[in-house]
Amino acid sequence: MSDATNNTLLQEGASENTAGTVNSEAIISLRNISISFDGENVLQNLNLDIANGSFVTLLGPSGCGKTTTLRIIGGFVDPDNGDVLFNGQRINDLPPHKRQLNTVFQRYALFPHMNVYDNIAFGMKIQKKSAAEIREKVTEMLRLVSLEGFEKRNVNTLSGGQQQRVAIARALANDPKVLLLDEPLGALDLKLRKDMQVELKQIQSKLGITFVYVTHDQEEALSMSDVIVVMNHGVIQQIGSPTDIYNEPENGFVADFIGESNIVDGIMHADRDVSFCGARMECVDTGFAPDEQVDVVVRPEDVVVVPLDQASFSGTVLSTTFKGVHYEMIVEIPDQDEDWLIQSTVAQPVGEVVGMTVAPENIHIMKKYTGDYASDIDFEEFPEAAE
Amino acid sequence: MRGGAELKKGTRKLMSPYAVWALLFTVVPLAMVVYFAFTTAQGSFTFDNITEIGTYAKTYGVSIWLGLLATIICLLLGYPLAYIISKFKGMSQRTLVMLIMLPQWMNFLLRTYAWMTILEGNGLLNTLLGKIGLGPYEMINTRGAIILGMVYNFLPFMVLPIYSALSKMDHRITEAAQDLGANSFNVFRRITLPLSLPGIISGITMVFVPAVSSFVISQLLGGGKEMLIGDIIEMFFVGNVPDYNVGSALSLVLMILMVVCMTVMNHFDNSEETGGLTV
Repeated sequence: MSDATNNTLLQEGASENTAGTVNSEAIISLRNISISFDGENVLQNLNLDIANGSFVTLLGPSGCGKTTTLRIIGGFVDPDNGDVLFNGQRINDLPPHKRQLNTVFQRYALFPHMNVYDNIAFGMKIQKKSAAEIREKVTEMLRLVSLEGFEKRNVNTLSGGQQQRVAIARALANDPKVLLLDEPLGALDLKLRKDMQVELKQIQSKLGITFVYVTHDQEEALSMSDVIVVMNHGVIQQIGSPTDIYNEPENGFVADFIGESNIVDGIMHADRDVSFCGARMECVDTGFAPDEQVDVVVRPEDVVVVPLDQASFSGTVLSTTFKGVHYEMIVEIPDQDEDWLIQSTVAQPVGEVVGMTVAPENIHIMKKYTGDYASDIDFEEFPEAAE
Repeated sequence: MRGGAELKKGTRKLMSPYAVWALLFTVVPLAMVVYFAFTTAQGSFTFDNITEIGTYAKTYGVSIWLGLLATIICLLLGYPLAYIISKFKGMSQRTLVMLIMLPQWMNFLLRTYAWMTILEGNGLLNTLLGKIGLGPYEMINTRGAIILGMVYNFLPFMVLPIYSALSKMDHRITEAAQDLGANSFNVFRRITLPLSLPGIISGITMVFVPAVSSFVISQLLGGGKEMLIGDIIEMFFVGNVPDYNVGSALSLVLMILMVVCMTVMNHFDNSEETGGLTV
C-alpha cells in the first residue's frame, strides 16, 4: 500500500478515535516511523496517534510489526527513521529507563531471584521511595490484581496466571502514564484468558491510564479495545473502533483478518449499485468510479437463506456443521472461485440448492486489495523482529 | 542425589558402571589417603603425621594466599570478559569461546615452559624492554610469576561458567529492569550480577581448588624458591625420601581446608537459581 493511502487511513482513523475516548489529546504519536531488520522492511512509514486514556490494540498476524512498534514506544528499538512523541515531546533519544511508561512483557519476565514483593517494589526502590510508601503501594497493587497475601511467595512457584498478575502489578507500581502490553495473555489457557481480558479492561478504566496492547487474537482485540489498529507487513491497514473495524473493514485484509468473511470480485456500476455472484444488488456504498472492479465483503451471518424465487443468487450446500448457536454451511456458487461460508439457525441438507440474499447495508464494498489476505500468510515466514 | 530412592530399575542399571568407577577411583583412594594419614610406615595407628603438619603451616598459608590472589585476579579479568562475550551474537560468540578454550588444547607443561622463556632474565620480555631502554627486571622466580602462571592456566575455568550463566539469562529480564527505571549500573547490580552468581561460585571453585593445590607452576615460574603445599605433597610421594603417611596427612588437611573454603563460598550463593555448577 502506498504512503498516500496509509495517510488517508490515518486521518480517518484519527477522527474516529477521538469520538470514543476520554481525552482526545494524543499522549503518544508515531511520525513516519520506518525500520528494517536484515534488509527486510518491518515498519514502513508508520503514523499513529494514541489518545490519552484510551485502550489501543495493535492487531495483526505474526511479523506484521506490532511488537516492533511497541518496542519502539518502549525505547528498546530505535527506528531507522521517524519520530516518537510523548505528550508532544520527541523522545527518540530517551533511554527506556527514563520513559514514563512501563511494559508487561511476553512471558512476564519476572525477576527470578526476587519474591513477589521485591518484584513489584523494584521500580520504587530504584526511585528510592521510603519503605512505608513502597509497602503501601505494593499492598495496593496486589489488591488491584487480586493477589493479596502473596508478598513472600517465590515467583518461580506461581502459576502462569499469577505470574501475569505480578507482572501487571509490577508495571503499574511505577504509576506509568502509559502501559504497554506485549501479548500478555498469550501463554494462558482460554478460560483464564477470558477472565484476564475482563480484568485488564477493568483495571484500565479504574486507573484511567492509556493501555497499548499488542495481540494477534482478533476476538481479544474486539472485546477489550477502544481503538484497534490493524497492521499487516509493517503498514497500518485500518484504525477504528471495534464496531467500525468489524462492520466497515477498509479492505479485504481487514475483513478477512477480523472474523470470517466471504470476499468476492464485484463491479460497482454506480453509487449503491453493485453486481457480484451473477446478481445485481442494491448496496449503501458510494464514491467509486463507474464500473470499477471492487472487492465485495459479506459476513457469513449476514447471508440470508430464502426460497429460490426470492433469492439473489443460489448455490449447492457442500457441508453443514453444527456450531451451537447456529449451523455453519459451505455453499458452492456456480462460476465462483471461492465457496461461500454462511451461517443459519436452520440446517440445510448437503446437496440441496439454496437461495440466498444479503441486505443492502450488509454488503461491504472495498477498493481492490492487492496484498496477501491474512489467511494466506505463512505465520512462520516473518518472525517478529524483536525475537 | 535427590530422588535416588525412586530411580527406576533401568536407570539404576545404567548407573552401575559409574558407581563402580566412583568406588574404584574416588572412594577407594580417599579411604587410602585417610588410612595412610593415621598410620605409621609399619601400619599402626598414630596421630604423629597430623601433628607434623604444624611444620608446614606457613606453606599452607602461602598456598592459600597465592591461590586466593590468583582467583581474585581471574574473577576481575574473567567476569568482564565473559560479560563482553555474552553480548556478542551467534557465530562470533562461539568463536570467542573457542579462542578462550584454544590455549587449553596445548599441553599444560608446555604452556608454563613458554612463560619461563618469556619471563627469564634474558627472556623475551626483558629483551623487548631492553630495546626501549628499560629493565632488565627480575620477573621469573617471583611470587608474581607464580600468580601469573596460575591466572594464565586457570582463567578459562573462570570465564566459561560465568559466560554460561550470563548467556542463559533472558534478555527480557534486563529489559524489564530498564523499563522499571533502572539505569545500566542498577541493571547490572540488581539483576545481572545476582543472576550470574551461580556462575561466579562455580568459577571461583574451579580456579581456587586447582590453584591452591598446584605444584608445577611454582617450581617452574617460582624457581622452587617458594614451595607450595602441592610441591611438598609431591615431594613426600615421589621425592628422594618418600613418606606416604605424612604426604597423605598433608593431602587430607588440604582437602578439609578446601571443603571449608567452598562451604563458606557456597553460603553466599543462597539463590536457588541455576546457571552453573555448584560444588
